[in-house]
Amino acid sequence: MAHEYDVIVVGAGGSGLTTALYAAKQGVSVAVVTKLYPTRSHTGAAQGGIGAALGNVEEDHWEWHMFDTIKGGDYLSDQDAVEMFCKEVIEAVIELEHMGMPFDRLPSGKIAQRRFGGHTKDFGKAAVHRAAHAADRTGHMILQTLYQQCVKENITFFNEYHVTDVIFEDGAAKGLVAYELASGELHTFKAKAIVIASGGFGRIWKVTSNAYTLTGDMQAILYRKGIPLEDMEFYQFHPTGLFPLGVLLTEGARGEGAILRNGSGERFMERYAPTIKDLAPRDMVSRAMYMEVREGRGVGPRKDHVLLDLTHLPPETIHTKLPDISEFAQIYLGVDPTKQPVPVMPTAHYAMGGIPTTVHGEVIRDEQGTVVKGLYAAGEVACVSLHGANRLGTNSLGDLVVFGRRAGVAAAKFAKETEFYDFSEEVLGPTRERIEKVLRAGSGPSVADLRAELQQSMQDRASVFRTESLLQEQVEVLNELFEKYEQVVVQDRGTRYNTELVEALELGYLLEVSQATVHSCLNRRESRGAHAREDYPERDDKNWLKHTLIYKGPNQTVRFAYKPVVLGKFEPKARTY
Amino acid sequence: MQVTLKILRRDPANSAKPGWQTYSVEAEPMDRVLDLLHKVKWYQDSSLAFRRSCGHGVCGSDAMVINGINRLACKTLVKDLGTVIQVEPLRGFPVEKDLVVNLDGFFSAYRAVHPYLINEESPPERERLQSPEDRARFDSSTKCILCAACTTSCPVFWVNGSYIGPAAIVQAHRFIYDSRDHGLRERMAALNASTGVWRCRTAYNCTEACPRGIPVTQTIEEVKRALLYDRF
Repeated sequence: MAHEYDVIVVGAGGSGLTTALYAAKQGVSVAVVTKLYPTRSHTGAAQGGIGAALGNVEEDHWEWHMFDTIKGGDYLSDQDAVEMFCKEVIEAVIELEHMGMPFDRLPSGKIAQRRFGGHTKDFGKAAVHRAAHAADRTGHMILQTLYQQCVKENITFFNEYHVTDVIFEDGAAKGLVAYELASGELHTFKAKAIVIASGGFGRIWKVTSNAYTLTGDMQAILYRKGIPLEDMEFYQFHPTGLFPLGVLLTEGARGEGAILRNGSGERFMERYAPTIKDLAPRDMVSRAMYMEVREGRGVGPRKDHVLLDLTHLPPETIHTKLPDISEFAQIYLGVDPTKQPVPVMPTAHYAMGGIPTTVHGEVIRDEQGTVVKGLYAAGEVACVSLHGANRLGTNSLGDLVVFGRRAGVAAAKFAKETEFYDFSEEVLGPTRERIEKVLRAGSGPSVADLRAELQQSMQDRASVFRTESLLQEQVEVLNELFEKYEQVVVQDRGTRYNTELVEALELGYLLEVSQATVHSCLNRRESRGAHAREDYPERDDKNWLKHTLIYKGPNQTVRFAYKPVVLGKFEPKARTY
Repeated sequence: MQVTLKILRRDPANSAKPGWQTYSVEAEPMDRVLDLLHKVKWYQDSSLAFRRSCGHGVCGSDAMVINGINRLACKTLVKDLGTVIQVEPLRGFPVEKDLVVNLDGFFSAYRAVHPYLINEESPPERERLQSPEDRARFDSSTKCILCAACTTSCPVFWVNGSYIGPAAIVQAHRFIYDSRDHGLRERMAALNASTGVWRCRTAYNCTEACPRGIPVTQTIEEVKRALLYDRF
């Protein structure tokens, strides 16, 4: 079937829904194509808060937020984007409230705010209350609120449609191909502007806080088509994943006063970040946890994890401000956090890297910033770069609404000035071929076996600590997996709800983003933010204060280009807390 | 431990009635039912269809009937079920394939209650003020993840699928009891209709089914009260 909309948004999480709302307000026709139902999107799993210098609890300024974001990002953030963000996220939070977002409240009736990792007052002097929150389900509330507004505005949704291709003509994006899960039918979507808002790819790792569905589909599809991916070596491991499952326990727990302890009960973060201790940025805390375990100070019979201790907090605080994470500990580990500390280890959480964009969400194709006409991206799938080498806690939710809005407005404006490109059903060819190849394969490896091998090998060789030799090995592993993937077999040959076929396609995407990640890790010979090279332990501003762009070449080769970091307000300094 | 997993399956390509299929799965007591479904799908019978996304009870994709009770597969552990586990699709919706049901009716009922803040006054420059007490009045109904476990546990809904059902009423409650909302009258048509809130016979199935701990029946009663007294 063929469809036609001025603006088509791919993905229905926080950024996709915000984009759709703002594009629709400009008076263009809008549709959202999502592989889930909108309220299933992973924005709903975000817990702790959305950071904005509202100053509701204590003095705060957007400049302080800007400093924290840049320092948290180890000076790789583009400071023009950060400045816009820290100013605009204040009004974005107010706007969410006006939409009906049920933030927690202070006795004054204003939006409540809590402390969070890396959020400081007066440029690093002490922790500050900046994270606006709704218990520990802030993302759930934002997702619901945005979806409610989309219902109100009667936005069109194509639910459980998997985008398989982006159609380009003369270097401009003109449409999409999508596979409808319910029927197995292929659809074409003509669009004047396309906004990619499809989220991250945590499923390249074995232990992750991410949904099963976060497989980097759109990053991979564009990477195959010659669009570069930016800063893929920077992947955030959140310190407090429930051990061993990896389910997220919010940093808001430490914001409310929880403490990390090692096997001897020591509050070890005092040694790593004397000023803000447990509220240091995530990359530093995750490394500290690994160091404790590595040096034999872990917990449990295998000394393979540490503890998040909430037992000194008033039970009332835990029940009202952290109800969901208490329930996770109770259900998945049988641990009551009011009485016992909770076993935790880092869990793969968030991609700082992604599809490179301008501050208006326009996708760019090279180091000169050449814009791909008609193509936009926002949220975790994009790299603007707000987060630099390590995202500050709460800035993901802010990113969705600030840059989702910018992309929606820009895409609608572009759509008004352009025409549809008339393509025929021939564009379905490559997708049809790919699907038929998988469905016809006679014998070969299964999707599940290859994916398990990928996830385990990425975890072992390319996660929190990295070295040249392990990364080289992983390049070889990936090359072999790409070869095996050519033979991958599915048993289900049906047309309706063939989720096995979808998993096979997703595995192909996981391989692509893994390749971009591993090569980018190997290429960057320094340690910065979330990218920790044990063989190059220092940050090297002389050679590496720049963004990586990775391009896919023929036969699993890659090439690199570099984009300068936009500096301005804050010059790179040593990063201590 | 070895678990016997019985799944009520239906192949849409085959008009035959749904049938039980039995699998033997190696499991740990702390495994989720979702893990067992994955073990079947990934290593025994990949044609099995079910929905899932987040895997820890916040996205609402994997509500199903497990040992006779509506629950989320990702929030139900083997240790609480024993070694024979029976899984069926939610009752009262058309089954598309295996454990995948059609949600169109569910989301139409959701839309019918106008599930968004209604307040025609132009907002202040900063946030609208709301006391913590006013915020607390609708706190539990904001937890809803639209998984449909409540609606498909309701005997009234089983008999009459046009009843808007508990989930839609919880959504109405979330706004009616929000001090910032002025939309009660706009929502009344759907709630007061013959398919609305008065159909509820307080069976309490919905309260027991809710994986988010929302006191659904009480919530429905509060909506009835709001309609009767035109506020609360």
